[in-house]
Formats: sequence, C-alpha cells, structure tokens
Amino acid sequence: MADVQPIVKVEGLNAWFGDVHAVKGITIDFLPNTVTALIGPSGCGKSTFIRCLNRLHEEIEGASASGRVVVENNDIYGAGVDPVRIRRKIGMVFQKANPFPGLSIFENVAAGLKLAGIRRRSLLQDVVRRSLEGAALWDEVKDKLHQPGTSLSGGQQQRLCIARALAVEPPVILMDEPTSALDPISTAKIEELMLSLKRRTTVIIVTHNLQQAARISERTAFFLLGEMVEFGDTTQVFTVPKQKKTEQYITGRFG
Amino acid sequence: MQRNIDAGLAELKQHLVRMAGLVEAAIEKVTLAWKQQSLERLKEVYEIENQVNAAHLQIDADCLRLLATQQPLAGELRLILATIKMNNDLERIVDQTVNIGHNLEHFVRAPDAHLDLTDLEKIASEVKTMVRGSIDAFVRQDEMLARSVIRSDDYVDDLKNSIFTETLARIKKDQDAVEQGLNIILIARNFERIGDHATNIAEDVIFSCSGEDIRHPGLNATKESK
Repeated sequence: MADVQPIVKVEGLNAWFGDVHAVKGITIDFLPNTVTALIGPSGCGKSTFIRCLNRLHEEIEGASASGRVVVENNDIYGAGVDPVRIRRKIGMVFQKANPFPGLSIFENVAAGLKLAGIRRRSLLQDVVRRSLEGAALWDEVKDKLHQPGTSLSGGQQQRLCIARALAVEPPVILMDEPTSALDPISTAKIEELMLSLKRRTTVIIVTHNLQQAARISERTAFFLLGEMVEFGDTTQVFTVPKQKKTEQYITGRFG
Repeated sequence: MQRNIDAGLAELKQHLVRMAGLVEAAIEKVTLAWKQQSLERLKEVYEIENQVNAAHLQIDADCLRLLATQQPLAGELRLILATIKMNNDLERIVDQTVNIGHNLEHFVRAPDAHLDLTDLEKIASEVKTMVRGSIDAFVRQDEMLARSVIRSDDYVDDLKNSIFTETLARIKKDQDAVEQGLNIILIARNFERIGDHATNIAEDVIFSCSGEDIRHPGLNATKESK
C-alpha cells in the first residue's frame, strides 16, 4: 500500500465551536478503496472531524475550521470553493436515516442528480438502479420505487441514504455511526454493504462499536480530546496498540 | 473502574495457575518416583493427570466464555489467546510425565546399576526449572524471565543428545542393557519434550506481554486483505 496515493489528505486540521477547540491539528491520509474507522469516546472530536471533510461543520453557527483537506488533489477549503458543491459531492450517512420526507424512493436517490441539473429520465433511471444495487436495496424496492422513502424499514432507509449518496459517484462516503440505531440483522447488512462499497469509493466511518470497526476497516484512528492518539492498521490497533491510551480505551477502562 | 471482564480474567488466571501447580507437582512426583524407585509415587502422578485433564476442559470453557461474551481486545485478547495455547502445553506436559511413569515402571522392576544416570538427573532438574520459570513468567507477566526460559532449551537438547549417544554406546556393548537403555532414551526424550512445552509457554508469555511473536524468526503471518 506504500506507493498508493491517498484520495484524501488532511493536514493540520483544526475545528472550533466558538472558543471550544474541538479538533486539534489532525494530519491523516485516507487511501482509495479502503474503509477507515474513527473511534473514540463521545466528545472526542471524531464526528466534528468528518463533518470537516465535506464542509458540513461550518454550517453550525459559531463553528469554524482551519487547515488543509485535499480530496482528489483539490483543496476543499481553497479560495473560491463552493461548500454546497462539496457537500453534494461528498455524501454523509448519519446515525438516523434521513430520507427526504415526501419524496419517493426513486426521487430520494435521484435528488442529487436533479440538483446538478440532470433531467434525462433514462439516465436518472439508470443511475437510480445502479445506486440502489450498489446499496444492496434494489431487489427489495424495485417494485415500489414510487412509494415514499419513509415507508421503508429503518435498515432499508439507511441503505436508501447510502444509495442517495452513491448516486453522485462520490470519491468518499462519510458515515457517522450509521448502524447505531439499527438491529443486528440490519447492522450486518450495512456492514456487508460497506465492504462491497469500497470497490467503488472510499469509506470513512465514525463508530462507537469497536467490533464493527475491527470487522470492516483496514485502518483505524483513535481520537481523544480532539487529538488523534493513534492511527494504524486495524489489526495492529486492536491487538497490539502502540499507545497506552488506546489500550485503555479499547479495553473499556474509560470512555 | 471494575469491568465485567476483570472478574473473568482473574478467575481464568487463577484456574491456570492452579493447573500449573498440578503440573509442577506431577513433574516433582515422577522425579521422586524415580529417585525412590517407588511405584506408589507413580500412582500419584496418574491421579494428577485426571485433575489436569479436568482443568484443561475448564480453562478452555473459561476462554470460550470470555471470547463470546466480553469480546476482549488488545492485551486482554492476547492474554486469552496465550492462555488457550498454554493450557494445551500444560496438559501435554502432564501427558509426558505419565509417559515417563510408564517407562519408569519397567525401570523400577528391573533396575540396571551399570547405566550412568547423571545426565538424566540433570535434564529432569533443568526442565523442572524451565516449567517453574515459564509459569512464574506468566504470573508476573515477566518477559525477561520468559526469554531466559527459552535460552535454557538448548542446554536441555544438548543433555538429551548426550544421553542418547552414551546410552546407545552402552547398548552396543551390552545386549542385556537394550531394554533399560531404551527406557532411558524414552525418558530423556519425554523430559526434553517437557522442555519444549515450557519453551512454548514462555513464547506465549512474550506474545501476551508485548504482542511480539518470536516463534519462527524470519517468517511473517500470511496476510489476507479485508
């Protein structure tokens, strides 16, 4: 992996909520077609960190960020970059599935493309199908594409959100505890999906479920009090962590 | 903060240390049986084997329960993995003492005063020290002590080779010494195997302490990508 160029390069990233320094000088690379897990206790800055990777963090009043985030060789914090375009391109899946209310399954998936001005029906149909297949949902919804997205079960809604994110062919998908509200079967489906997603994109996931991080990711970063304490090969982090703090956290001694 | 896993790990260690104590007692008794030429002592060894077998099952069950219910990670995962392997080595050590006992039964019934048993006494004493050292290293999680146990293994191998050479020479000269000579060789071989198991335990202690796998220098685990 040493000669593979990172798809996302983060250098000296800081984030604040007003005076509160939530993310402190993080430098990390994400390799293409991999799953990277971010772990750490509540309030450690990991969610704030990934919200900086698609410029969602600055949407909160009083929030700010500094540093460089380079995605596919483009600095998303560079002068003249439109944050709305970045958010459309780099999708995020949240803890609670959030299909657009009032929109059908089809319209939910096609929403990003329509916002980008794509109207051709055949193209939209093609992308919706591919996205739903990519999210392992097609077989379950192909006969009810025009029913509301909110009519699906919780796990299906989460996969619908993943399909919606996939539709714009993002270089990276960000996931913030995407399975914490799901039952074990739905969780297993999403995890299986994440492993297949990396064939077409790069996944960065925040999770409190350490076993999930161990199951699905190649690399794991441990955050604590806004700093990245350790980042490495997932097997190494979970079997022979280099830092005492990591060991204490993953063995449940704090957090 | 007291965690659920703490009590389970403490109990696991307690069970392993108790089993190790039985194993040490088996080695001690088989050595005494030989020194005292006592078949009674051998019966005690065979009784210990039953207790060790029960402990073997108990410790595997403890490990399985901890893996299934606590999903241990890092040092605790390494400790449980090492314990599963040490449990097997301890059980195999007792099997070796039983093998020694069977050979001794022949020896006790028809001792051969002409055989030189000096090296056999040395190898018995050395492997006893190794087993004690490996168990102490586990209890104290002492990597240095574990490494010193591993270094002793070469000496035990040398003693075994020396016993083989000398006993074969004696057998070649005296046909009447064949049966007892063969017993001596088998006993030496069993003691040497006990040394190997003590070495395995010491290697597992090092893995448990630091995550370093020293078993096969120069080789790495075959890595499959996710």
